[in-house]
Amino acid sequence: MSLIRWIDERLPIFTFFNKELKEYPTPKNLNYLWNFGSLAGIILVIMILSGIFLAMHYVPHVSMAFDSVERIMRDVNGGWLIRYIHMNGASMFFIVVYIHIFRGLFYGSYKSPRELLWILGVVILLLMMATAFMGYVLPWGQMSFWGATVITNLFSAFPFGESIVHWLWGGFSVDNPTLNRFFVLHYLFPFLIVAVSGLHLVALHQFGSNNPLGIDRTKPTDSIPFHPYYTIKDLFGLGVFLLIYCGFIFFAPNFFGEPDNYIPANPLVTPAHIVPEWYFLPFYAILRSIPDKLGGVLTMFGAVFVLAVVPWLDRNPIRSSRFRPIYKHLFWVLVLNCFVLGWIGAKPPEGMYLIIGRLATAYYFFHFLILLPLLGKYEPRPKLPLSFDDKAVKSL
Amino acid sequence: MKKMTLVLFLVMIIPCHADNAVPHLPKQNWSFNSAFGTFKRNELQRGFQVYKEVCSACHSLKRIRFRDLKSLGFKESEIKTIAAGYEVKDGPNAEGEMFQRKALPSDAIPSPYPNDNAARATNNGALPPDLSLIVKAREGGADYVHALMNGYIDPPAGIVIEGGRHYNQYFPGGQISMAKPLTDGQVTYADGTSATVEQMSRDVSTFLAWAAEPETEQRKQMGVKVMAYLLFMTVIFYFTMRRIWRDVKK
Amino acid sequence: MSESDKPSPSQEPTDPTRRDFLTLTACALGAVGVGAAAMPFINSMNPAADVLALASVDIETKDIPVGTGKTVLWRGKPVFVRHRSDEEIKAANETSIKSLPDQQTDQERFSKDPKWLVVVGVCTHLGCVPNEKKNPDKGNEADGWLCPCHGSVYDLSGRVISGPAPKNLEIPPYQFVNNGSVIRIG
Repeated sequence: MSLIRWIDERLPIFTFFNKELKEYPTPKNLNYLWNFGSLAGIILVIMILSGIFLAMHYVPHVSMAFDSVERIMRDVNGGWLIRYIHMNGASMFFIVVYIHIFRGLFYGSYKSPRELLWILGVVILLLMMATAFMGYVLPWGQMSFWGATVITNLFSAFPFGESIVHWLWGGFSVDNPTLNRFFVLHYLFPFLIVAVSGLHLVALHQFGSNNPLGIDRTKPTDSIPFHPYYTIKDLFGLGVFLLIYCGFIFFAPNFFGEPDNYIPANPLVTPAHIVPEWYFLPFYAILRSIPDKLGGVLTMFGAVFVLAVVPWLDRNPIRSSRFRPIYKHLFWVLVLNCFVLGWIGAKPPEGMYLIIGRLATAYYFFHFLILLPLLGKYEPRPKLPLSFDDKAVKSL
Repeated sequence: MKKMTLVLFLVMIIPCHADNAVPHLPKQNWSFNSAFGTFKRNELQRGFQVYKEVCSACHSLKRIRFRDLKSLGFKESEIKTIAAGYEVKDGPNAEGEMFQRKALPSDAIPSPYPNDNAARATNNGALPPDLSLIVKAREGGADYVHALMNGYIDPPAGIVIEGGRHYNQYFPGGQISMAKPLTDGQVTYADGTSATVEQMSRDVSTFLAWAAEPETEQRKQMGVKVMAYLLFMTVIFYFTMRRIWRDVKK
Repeated sequence: MSESDKPSPSQEPTDPTRRDFLTLTACALGAVGVGAAAMPFINSMNPAADVLALASVDIETKDIPVGTGKTVLWRGKPVFVRHRSDEEIKAANETSIKSLPDQQTDQERFSKDPKWLVVVGVCTHLGCVPNEKKNPDKGNEADGWLCPCHGSVYDLSGRVISGPAPKNLEIPPYQFVNNGSVIRIG
């Protein structure tokens, strides 16, 4: 009897992978926007591996953190490569996940019965944001220190705020206890992301992937086995992704970064412009557009939480924007709005920038809280294709 | 498709978050800048000489060890000799005292001051920054360092220079504590090149670019090979995908 | 089970001999790529440049007068360097090796220059650092080493004479540089 059968009888791993990864019926009409889920999973593995090898050399103490990173860059064999993989991987992770999220918004992938799949995704996003925030503190550069100071100070807006902040810091300012615990939690959180991603995939496999038409599959010929069709397509997509990723690693490794973070942290000198990493810029813009401190914090977190309730804000029975004449344009307005927010996040919060930032923040919530429910009720509902092969009904 | 183009265009713009308080930085041609860039050994050695003879009076370069200078083309014996020209503090010895000894290749290049306070005391309260990472720590990198060396001009009308500072058009805020560090002929280059301010600023910027990123040449060479491999693999995957998908009717 | 119940059949034949050349090439090159990508990660665990830089230690011979020794730190371990006098060398040569647990002549051990003893100061029993042993009968001159942990005794050639140690003190790689004025260990 083969070894595989012997193992499988006792622990059905092979049967499991055969069912969920090989034969798994997948819609045959998925486009490249469906590559980004597997891409995110692969980046997660790359980040964990590169992170583990960095952690073998990194020292989480204020007097040695910056120096240990420079030691990795200069003395550790291939250290510069592992560091740049990890640093640029974070940016890649957010690019991929943001596209993945916008794909979901465009094609209605969050609608019934996939609401929980979507909510798990929002949880993953929150965990990613926490992980990235803490990770950026670890090199202990000027931006690491001051970004940590600004963001942790926000929690003083809550009731009992000062106690909360001192509890977070482990002291009376961002200092060694803060750095040490951020290191531990930064190492831990990615494994929580792995766990929630596992749940995300289980939820996905309950009903299978959505597709660009947004209609359910009706016959077996609507599907093709995941392997080899989507394994090879994902590999191709991975190749394109790696070309872009490696382009940054080898030829522009500091493109996404801030020069100020190559200056060791100095609690006595504040940089002229404190900017978070680019993937936080839209949230930073939202935070600073509200004049009240607590209001700003709640609005910023609200921007993420509003995503979680989208399945209930948008009750239009049509999933895919290909068949939603008005929403398909408003979707792009939202995308543009998010870019505007990102641009504003890098600017000082004054004058024209503040006004635009406020308008963009208002529009963001207007889109989710007002437009979606209204469109759900009043948007014209064109006829949907009756099946995957229905050529009579064209996309709008 | 048009929407994607617009989106991609916007993606390009967003990272350009520099706010320009200083005049536009003149871009230089550096041998190390392109995808196939390398450092020229003679430029690095001249730059190191400028650092040694001019900058090291006030600026430390503490992340460079003497052994790292091998990349500049020095032999092991030459490095030992260079190192032996410096003294470093070591100890405590058997008597419990700290003592001075000649530097070894494994030592870092010693700093001009024992600590930051001593540096400030000698420089009117200003702290000359360590130069090991300066090219990565400033917007504009080597272009900025080069421009700064050449950027000393008379202050524009109406600007009052505060306490002992100097006007430099590329320094954020304009008023820099450092006096113009380079003058023509200040250094006699070992290879006979004429030591103009332009030449010295170019050489020292190249040297500092190396100091900040010693892995540059290896990184780019590896990058070319990796990109070639990935391009090849992606093309193979593409054609394999097309063959596998041939029979699927959309 | 009828045909229409199954998802569209894949074009790919399952018979390995008809395996698509393209697919095979892709898999093989992919595996090579993954292996090549793993290399820097594995290599990052090897000694880093700063550790390697301290992998050798230089000692000026003029710093150690005849009949005295010095202990230096090399790769995290103590190394005994002794400038032996002629009597010490003679005594080491005259010891009958048959009586030694680990039979080595002094010439075998220090053929480069018998005036210089260079041994790793780690007891070959269980790793403690032996102490210098002085002979009260010879005016308290040093005449070897005694390990405080379990009593192994070594002579002035670093050979074990008695005690539980199985082997003589290890001789590290060393060479004379600069016309013999410097001993480089490692």
